[in-house]
Amino acid sequence: MCLGVPGKIVSVTDIMGMRSADVDISGVKRQVSLDLCPEAKEEDYVLVHAGFAIQIIDEQEAEETLKLLQDLTGVDLPEAESAS
Amino acid sequence: MTLKYISEYRDPILAKSLITKINQTSTRDAKLMEVCGTHTVAIAKHGIRTMMPPTVQLLSGPGCPVCVTANTDIDRAIELSKVDDVVITTFGDMMKVPGSYSSLAKEKAAGSDIRVVYSALDAVELAERTPEKRVVFLAVGFETTAPTIAASVIEAKKRGLKNFFIHAVHKTVPDALRALIESGEVKITGLILPGHVSAIIGTKPYLFLADEYHVPCVISGFEPLDVLQAIYMLVRQIESGEAKIEVQYRRGVLPDGNQVAVETMNKVFEPCDADWRAIGVIPGTGLKLREEYAEFDAVAAIEVELPPVREPKGCQCGEVLRGVLFPYQCKLFGKACTPEAPVGPCMVSSEGSCAAYYRYSDYPEATG
Repeated sequence: MCLGVPGKIVSVTDIMGMRSADVDISGVKRQVSLDLCPEAKEEDYVLVHAGFAIQIIDEQEAEETLKLLQDLTGVDLPEAESAS
Repeated sequence: MTLKYISEYRDPILAKSLITKINQTSTRDAKLMEVCGTHTVAIAKHGIRTMMPPTVQLLSGPGCPVCVTANTDIDRAIELSKVDDVVITTFGDMMKVPGSYSSLAKEKAAGSDIRVVYSALDAVELAERTPEKRVVFLAVGFETTAPTIAASVIEAKKRGLKNFFIHAVHKTVPDALRALIESGEVKITGLILPGHVSAIIGTKPYLFLADEYHVPCVISGFEPLDVLQAIYMLVRQIESGEAKIEVQYRRGVLPDGNQVAVETMNKVFEPCDADWRAIGVIPGTGLKLREEYAEFDAVAAIEVELPPVREPKGCQCGEVLRGVLFPYQCKLFGKACTPEAPVGPCMVSSEGSCAAYYRYSDYPEATG
């Protein structure tokens, strides 16, 4: 139930102080509220849960996790996957 | 198709390499509980259990909000649905969960107006569009979900809606873990902590787990590499005799979590005691509407009479939720209780332990 799906913010709209975003989730566009993530902006990746962005995905940390895994295991991932 | 932040955490070569690392490193008994239902599904779906060395045991915990919703709370939703002008709105997961005598799905089939929504905001919209109806949202979920409900209640207040209500049965995670460890029923040597609850609350609410109980903890993401890395991090803590709160899911979890979400949740809700199915009342692990938002409380606004509570006969969901039994050790598992004809909630919810074990054949008889 606590699913949080990563998606990319395509556009942000502001209607009477209510900010929402069109988010591309695995190729499907969905409107989500930015009430809980007021700092989110276009191009950001966010975790989407029950119609709300609940957190902005930290790209740098994401890359560092992958790098750590590669260092740990000695396995190199293809560049296109790990580069932003 | 490559999906950013998903595909790269499913790399099979890295996974294999991590499994080797875990097998090489683990010498001490590691009884690891995954608290979150989404982790249970990930472990079963990717066959992670079968890749573990004999020293590493993975137990499922009470982390499926649907499964821990008390029978009496479902009974109330069912009774509410029978009131003429009431529309019940709910997340889809709750539809088939059995109460004492019926389920929302059965009541819908019998003619009650019960609708599945994707977000509590959809229920707010519905209330605005249908002023002649009273729209009740069945508010289940942990800290991941509670802020989204809180934001929806704030929105309803802003729009001046008088026909939107919530039946709040939220639960909060950290003190439930304290109760689980205090009970001493299962000796847990490590916890895989929920990534998305933690995306909201951060790391600090868990510190007591390491400081007071010396239980190693890792907050994990949900892809197979996330879970494997979290297990490896826990094994390392256990091998070195350490206990700390580490974050594997760093792309989604900040030490302070999402403070806007926490503030939104605290603005609308305050802690109360909560009745966990088959676990009992755990003080301070529920959320009730604050005085300023009490007008949205369905329980106070719409009076219904509840039937006497009844638990399904032979169902051992309680033991499963407390990590005392593996799902396949329940006598009903796969026989009298299947996803098609579920007896207990753990077989109903897509994230229930029993459903996950059953669907992915994650039990000894199935794998041989």
